[in-house]
Amino acid sequence: MANVTLRSVRKTYPGGFEAIKGVDVDVGDGQFCVLVGPSGCGKSTLLRMVAGLETVTGGEIDIGGRIVNQVEPADRDIAMVFQNYALYPHMSVYNNMAYGLRNRGMAEAEIKSRVEEAARVLELSPMLERKPRQLSGGQRQRVAMGRAIVRQPKVFLFDEPLSNLDAKLRIAMRVEIRKLQRRLNTTSIYVTHDQLEAMTLADILVVMNGGQVEQVGNPLAIYEKPATTFVASFIGAPPMNLMSTRPEEIKSQLGGSASDVGILGIRPEDFVITDQTPAGGVALPLTVEAIERVGAETFVYGSREQEEQRVAATPGELPPGEIIVRIPGTEAPAIGAKIRVAAVRAKLHLFSGDGRTRIEA
Amino acid sequence: MVEEEGFRRYVAHIILWIGIAIVAFPVYIAIVASTQDNALIANGQMSLLPGGHFLQTYYQTIFVGTSGSTREPVGNMMLNSLVMALLIAVGKIAISIISAYAIVYFRFPFRMPIFWIIFITLMLPVEVRIYPTYKIVADLHMLDSYAGLSLPLIASATATLLFRQFFMTVPDELLEASRIDGAGPFRFFWDTLLPLSRTNMAALFVILFILGWNQYLWPLLITTRDDMQTIQIGIRKMITTTDALTEWPIVMATAVLAMLPPVFVVVVMQKLFVRGLVETEK
Repeated sequence: MANVTLRSVRKTYPGGFEAIKGVDVDVGDGQFCVLVGPSGCGKSTLLRMVAGLETVTGGEIDIGGRIVNQVEPADRDIAMVFQNYALYPHMSVYNNMAYGLRNRGMAEAEIKSRVEEAARVLELSPMLERKPRQLSGGQRQRVAMGRAIVRQPKVFLFDEPLSNLDAKLRIAMRVEIRKLQRRLNTTSIYVTHDQLEAMTLADILVVMNGGQVEQVGNPLAIYEKPATTFVASFIGAPPMNLMSTRPEEIKSQLGGSASDVGILGIRPEDFVITDQTPAGGVALPLTVEAIERVGAETFVYGSREQEEQRVAATPGELPPGEIIVRIPGTEAPAIGAKIRVAAVRAKLHLFSGDGRTRIEA
Repeated sequence: MVEEEGFRRYVAHIILWIGIAIVAFPVYIAIVASTQDNALIANGQMSLLPGGHFLQTYYQTIFVGTSGSTREPVGNMMLNSLVMALLIAVGKIAISIISAYAIVYFRFPFRMPIFWIIFITLMLPVEVRIYPTYKIVADLHMLDSYAGLSLPLIASATATLLFRQFFMTVPDELLEASRIDGAGPFRFFWDTLLPLSRTNMAALFVILFILGWNQYLWPLLITTRDDMQTIQIGIRKMITTTDALTEWPIVMATAVLAMLPPVFVVVVMQKLFVRGLVETEK
């Protein structure tokens, strides 16, 4: 049971590359903190610094009231689950879980009871004598979890633990991890690049980009009020539509109060197909270019009539001028049809021209 | 396709049998000659069928030796060879796995220069550095000793390189997991790396044991006492006798005996050997 506090933590590699540029995060006791961001944003580095696997260039890492910058990983009272599980291939499942306890000189009887308890919780009891290579991916994942649980550490660290599993198993394990963490009530830090995992698991969500924290907070609060265009396009799938507000058409609809607005963001699910323009809201004429029917919902990809630049906010973004509209059900306009979509004022996200500041109008 | 499937298989088998005959016939001759009377062989009347002197010849070879040229029982030579080959194989594996561990897992000054120095010694086989090596061994008073026979052959770049390559395929996360599990450098080496290297060690052992067993030049140089000579030296001494009759049955029996330990090692460790060469278990 412990708080984890990062105070202006920095990491500069010997070559001069600055991986972490001053991060402040406070994870309360028993909270589930998720670090999310695109690859290369420094989230894994940050986690490995908390684990003690990377040295800290500047700032302080505080676990349970103790500054651990110089403490060996084994003495930080943490347990880590790795992306590739890092199970010892030559040891049985039992020994994989018992190894860390034996190194600490724990009595064999105590080890046995802890491992068996963990195996029971994780439904690994029949497999204790098997070697990791005789297990499926999901079972290996559970062994890695078990190895963390038996230690009864102050903090669990997860480094993209689900990314090697197939989609179905990933969802099942996601729920399991959350349930387990709730029950053990152990402070956890979890790294992922999957925004869906991040949204569903987190008590506190930390969105990172380029070695810096873009936004910290409750996942839904971040979804509803993203602080920057980066967060806006990273959290939520498909990403928020971002467009420059220079064209007179939009600007006139927003009225005079939005004169300093640079970028307008609207989530695909906040559009409705309608000929009306809601008061204070926005309407856009679109030409339908592609339709994706997923079953419960349909995504309409349309191009704006005026050719204009979308704001580049994140890699893997849609081509300029394209707007995604999510509509429920499978009813969709035909490809090539001209439609008009609109969003009400409350659903508009307004940002400054550089995308770094959210404007509350 | 003109040929019949059966015919092609027939041809393949004939070729294989010819190959086996070419390789195996001299071995067969050695075994047969070792069971016959020396006078018959010396007269050029050797039969291609085994003779009746099997027990007598092998008893004399192992426990007595030739009556003239070497005076040393082959049993003792085999012991010398065995000790030397085992020391070389085990010593090489131990030294090279430790140095590979240092090079792969530790950051210390001049790490890469040291690695390159080890690598460069690959280009200096025993024959090239034999004079300085002999001088050192002589100055250390290690002539005519097991230490002198094996020590200079133990330091090995090849095995170090092999273990280095293997260690580099071991995922870093295993080391990190060990660190979090409270295993220091020694425990990680002992509990994780050594068990993972088992098949590699077995494969190397087979190669190095045979290499050590077949050493000729080095033992020839540094052993002068009869009771320290190895079996390879013994065979040669038995043959080149100027004024006496070569005791061919004993020479052949010695050759057969010299073949046995390598064959035994290969047969016993074959499974591990093949796995070590083919499979990288992760």
